Amino acid sequence: MLLTHDIEFTLNGVKKRLTIDVTMNALDLLRDVVGLTGTKYGCGEGECGACTIRVDGETRNSCLMFAVDFDGRDIVTIEGLAADPKADALRESFVEHGAVQCGFCTPGMVMQASHILETHPDADAETIKRGLEGNLCRCTGYKKIVDAVESACCGAK
Amino acid sequence: MNVAEKPVITAESLIGQRIQKKDAPEKAAGKTRYIQDMIVPGMLHAKILRSARVHARIKSIDTSAAKALPGVHVVLTAADVPDQQPIGVARDHLPLKGERVRSLRDEIAAVAADSDEIAEAALKLIRVEYEDLPVIATPEDAIKPGAPLIHPAPLDAHGRPKSLPPKTPIAFAGKPDNIAMRFDYTHGDIAQAEAESDVVVEDSFQLHYVTHCCMGVSGVIAEFDASGNLLMYSNTQVPFLHKREFAEYLNIDPSRVRIIQPPIGGGFGSKLDIYPFEVICIFLARAAKRPVKMVFTREEEFLASPTRQPVLLTLRSGCKKDGTLTFRQVHTLHDNGAYTSWGATTPFVMMQTFSSLYRVPACDYHTTVVYTNNPYAGSFRGYGNLQATFAIEQHMDMLAEKIGMDALDFRLKNAQDAGEVTGQGMTFKSCGFKECLTTAAERSDYRKKHADNIANRNARGPVKRGIGIASMLHVGGGAKIYPSDGCGTILKLDDFANITLITGASEIGQGSETVLSQLVCEELGLPISAVTVVNNDTAITPWDVGVHASRTTFIAGNSAIGAARKAKAKILAAAAKKHGCDEGALDLRGGFVVVAETGEPVVELARLMRNLHFSDKAELVMTTFYYEPPSVHQDKAFKGDVSAAYAWAAQVVEVEVDTDTGIVKMTKVTGTHDVGRVLNRLGLEGQIEGGVVMGQGYALTENLIVENGVTRNPNFRDYKLVTAPEIPEMDITFVESMDGEGPQGAKGVGEAPAICIAAAAANAIYNATGVRMFALPFTPEAVYRALRGAAPKPHWPAWKPE
Ligand code: FES
Ligand code: FES
Repeated sequence: MLLTHDIEFTLNGVKKRLTIDVTMNALDLLRDVVGLTGTKYGCGEGECGACTIRVDGETRNSCLMFAVDFDGRDIVTIEGLAADPKADALRESFVEHGAVQCGFCTPGMVMQASHILETHPDADAETIKRGLEGNLCRCTGYKKIVDAVESACCGAK
Repeated sequence: MNVAEKPVITAESLIGQRIQKKDAPEKAAGKTRYIQDMIVPGMLHAKILRSARVHARIKSIDTSAAKALPGVHVVLTAADVPDQQPIGVARDHLPLKGERVRSLRDEIAAVAADSDEIAEAALKLIRVEYEDLPVIATPEDAIKPGAPLIHPAPLDAHGRPKSLPPKTPIAFAGKPDNIAMRFDYTHGDIAQAEAESDVVVEDSFQLHYVTHCCMGVSGVIAEFDASGNLLMYSNTQVPFLHKREFAEYLNIDPSRVRIIQPPIGGGFGSKLDIYPFEVICIFLARAAKRPVKMVFTREEEFLASPTRQPVLLTLRSGCKKDGTLTFRQVHTLHDNGAYTSWGATTPFVMMQTFSSLYRVPACDYHTTVVYTNNPYAGSFRGYGNLQATFAIEQHMDMLAEKIGMDALDFRLKNAQDAGEVTGQGMTFKSCGFKECLTTAAERSDYRKKHADNIANRNARGPVKRGIGIASMLHVGGGAKIYPSDGCGTILKLDDFANITLITGASEIGQGSETVLSQLVCEELGLPISAVTVVNNDTAITPWDVGVHASRTTFIAGNSAIGAARKAKAKILAAAAKKHGCDEGALDLRGGFVVVAETGEPVVELARLMRNLHFSDKAELVMTTFYYEPPSVHQDKAFKGDVSAAYAWAAQVVEVEVDTDTGIVKMTKVTGTHDVGRVLNRLGLEGQIEGGVVMGQGYALTENLIVENGVTRNPNFRDYKLVTAPEIPEMDITFVESMDGEGPQGAKGVGEAPAICIAAAAANAIYNATGVRMFALPFTPEAVYRALRGAAPKPHWPAWKPE
């Protein structure tokens, strides 16, 4: 028998109230229920960072969360980052520095990078690399991603 | 205004610039819709039941409970699809296995249901009874006399052995032994060359399993229309081959199959063949009369997508005291896995490396590709070349050391030059090899560091530094494997002088859309923003043979340039007629038709276009071009100039080896690549850096552990991709050899950067420690053991191919 639960949360600045199956995964809620497909499934096991979102200001792997964990939280996805001018600069920096190839890791990378930018606006390359450790990219070799974040960090100073 | 007062529009070249990727803004905003993100109204979700045994006879399959589960629409087994045929390179692979499973990934049944969860639940209700068969876990076991046969007889639709009536459409006739393929190549007189050698070295090398790990896993949506036409959304790298194969499969005309590629989350060769899941998805859609979507989980991607093939390799090489190479003799044994995909034909590329990287008077090469009950091997960036280069480039260092010559000088002495025709018939019309070697060596200070590191080997402290060099040769102008290695372009100019570039070539993240746009805009004097690329729909785009062999920039690039030049000629002729001047005196720049010599504008291109298009009996500026490279198929002896150009590189790797722990840290990579000509500097750097880090993973961290046919680490926790903090410093430079056939002089470079990293790292570890590494990967354990003389040295089995 399905067990459901009512949750209330803010998603990209908009209040949501949903009734969900308690076993539902947070990544599935985002992708399949509310249709925000910018958050990607890369592994489902917390190892690749493709599903990175922001929960109450902290980055989390949404694939490791239950959807019920959203209850009462403030959730920001890559789509929600559109409202943030600093994130705009970051995205532009990704484009300008060639940090995007197949692009599948990119939303997760941008989410994580925006967090680094906020928490360590003066981050150097080493700090940025450590900050991106949980995000896998198979295409770029990371260098251009680090360059992009570093340049955005400099720009934000 | 009269002509004299007109402003001057100068020709600003787009070539060699840092051009941003056209699709990057969408991707960075999370707006790009990959196959994973697509929903087709009414679609069902599919899952595959895979074998629970490595090698077994299937005694029975009971799907009744699965069929009865609410939400399940279709459950299929081999018995339900009597028209299925073997797929793959050797036609030895039935999509649904009915009688026998040969590896743990084998597809036994498939379900289409209302949701993934229901499909998954249905799989659990399917009962399969097996009768275990002996497992063949290594090629060595497979070739032992009396070894059980993996493919003893032809297959019928149920996977049962079948006595073939004449003219059967089933191509695979079974194998009396476990040998899937053989390759034999020779040039020169080995015996004589060996007699002339002052030094000979012989070693065996063991190469391991790795896999692609595309961040966007494999997936398709299959759908039939009311007339039975098939539409596939697929992240394949070979849409036109799919079109043909699926049509053959369904026994319909290829025009009734349409492949649409949504943006692709990485390929690297993993999406280069026809796979069971794709065909099964078609069966499900046909049976359900609904669109059916099947996307792999990450675990499935590890288990059921092809791998880079493990190779056991034995190499004998010789040289004279003065450093002249004399011969190479190679045997390789390839683990094909249970079925034959492109992994089996990697010897094509390996033999190029053995025969033609450096001038070598005599070369003898034999490969045996052997069936086992392991995961089957496919194509993967570098296509056999990483394995061959690993052995050769270590032997180059070993030979040099034996004759007391510097390893760089030894390479330079034997390096190929432009104009060389190799034993295999490869003709190097452009060749920047020596410049790659000297540039990489100079920029990394190779000679001095190499000498210093040897001097410091016995210094105190556990951490030793090492530097190593390796080189590579790879096709850079396509590869004539299929009947055609060409690509078609349709170019359409609209009434505002915007371009639609319709190309056969697919974008899989490598940046082909952007480079092709650049090449076209360079011809037509328009900004990159004027171009829309259509490259993802076989119903619209002209033929292309797919993304492989580093061919897209070269082949599709030449095709795009051809179409653009035809458009340009049309435009200039029209402008000349209208303005009463000589068309030879005109050019296109900055969105204008200009006077070629002075750059003075004659007419705005958009205006001219409207004029042309909206006139009576109008001629539209819409051109087509098909480019087929002047390469040839190799003959039966594997001779022939198979690519229109060849790419070169030298990479220097620096490491720190902790002799207490065996941990190898890659600190710096200095790579110099002969790219013919730099087209998009930004994209090129990205390709090289990505390839370097992929090579780093191959050398140090990645290892798909397959034990007795069971993949032990099908996840990112245990299969270690390199992460951001581990990447080396990278110094990437380019040699521009200006290839005469290449688009604006460029050559292909997609695979090149991954190829010599492991070989250079092995040489660096030797430089640091005096210990040779004969097996990959260089895990701390392997290095720790090797440093203590306790690493098992790979050895060639007692068997030789006859
Ligand atoms: S999908 Fe969540 S970390 Fe990989
Ligand atoms: S750009 Fe392809 S995985 Fe990062």
